[in-house]
Amino acid sequence: MKAAIEARIWRGGAEGRFETFSVPRRDSQTVLDVVTFVQRRLDPTLSYRYACRVGMCGSCAMTVNGRPRWTCRTHVSRLGEGPLTIEPLANLPRIKDLAVDMVPFFDKWAKAGGRFVPSADAGADFAAVEPASPARREADAGIECIGCAVCYAACDLVSWNPDYLGPAALNRAWTLVSDVRDGGQAERLAAVAGDAGCHACHSQQSCREHCPKSLNPTASIAGLKRAALRAALKGGA
Amino acid sequence: MNRPPPAFRHRNHPAWWAFAVHRISGLVLALFLPLHFWALGQAIAGEAALDGFLRWTANPLAKLAETGLVILLAAHLAGGLRILAIEFLPWSPRQKAAVAASAGFAVAAGLLFLFNVGAA
Ligand code: SF4
Ligand code: SF4
Ligand code: FES
Repeated sequence: MKAAIEARIWRGGAEGRFETFSVPRRDSQTVLDVVTFVQRRLDPTLSYRYACRVGMCGSCAMTVNGRPRWTCRTHVSRLGEGPLTIEPLANLPRIKDLAVDMVPFFDKWAKAGGRFVPSADAGADFAAVEPASPARREADAGIECIGCAVCYAACDLVSWNPDYLGPAALNRAWTLVSDVRDGGQAERLAAVAGDAGCHACHSQQSCREHCPKSLNPTASIAGLKRAALRAALKGGA
Repeated sequence: MNRPPPAFRHRNHPAWWAFAVHRISGLVLALFLPLHFWALGQAIAGEAALDGFLRWTANPLAKLAETGLVILLAAHLAGGLRILAIEFLPWSPRQKAAVAASAGFAVAAGLLFLFNVGAA
């Protein structure tokens, strides 16, 4: 193992260049540790984001050696000895260095009907949802999303059609379609069934391949396609 | 001031390659269809013209190209069935196996065709 890591880090916004830093190699070192070392010791002007450092907040995602990854849980030792190339996430506007503008990503969650719509009054009794029921299991499979946008950066459809709602927003919509307590189903299905919605997905599965939480947006989107088709056949959405 | 090279590494997984093959086979088949209809048109135009065309297709290079087309057609068919399974059946964790099976079906169809025309 070489003693130092050669880290090529993107500097600038949409236009910019790579700058190379030499960072000492350590045990159990993550890519986020490398970026933090650069910012704390070598160049305090480097911009990047993180919060929890333990894979919960979803703010540290970057493109590492050409793949989108959560950097706080990506160990440098797993990436081989070559230089590390660290860029901002793809498919989102670059603000500065490693920070991208997440607004388009989260706007699409809203557009996909990502809000829970209560169907019962506040005073009503608790809804009983059987943990083993099929709908609850569908929702369970998708609710651990941390909103990191790794899937969004990996999706070709987002690159080709900037309006495409993307895997994370559609996965969120699917967890709500599977929520028996939700009262906004018709509107949500109409929102996800448009040109830039679930039917645009080509099932390439890059989202599933890269999701750090091992979620499966491809399967969620397939569920939406079926639900939208069923609604259309019934003369609904 | 320069832009970074586009990253391709995130695409290097079986389902993405299956998508690429499906797309490319679809495009090539679309280009081939006019030729196919033209050949059928020759049959209507008269036996001599058709015979001329069929003689041309008997040369080894045309045979090889035809085999390629059969493989593309089989690949496109299998790929389409795989997508339908993803979209209409419950999710199967065996996605790589599905891609491998589609590829195997395409190659098998091509070989069968090749041996058949070889034997003819
Ligand atoms: S499966 Fe659909 S949403 Fe996921 S990366 Fe592919 S096209 Fe995008
Ligand atoms: S689905 Fe996975 S990759 Fe996409 S935002 Fe959620 S946690 Fe991140
Ligand atoms: S810093 Fe929170 S997920 Fe990486």
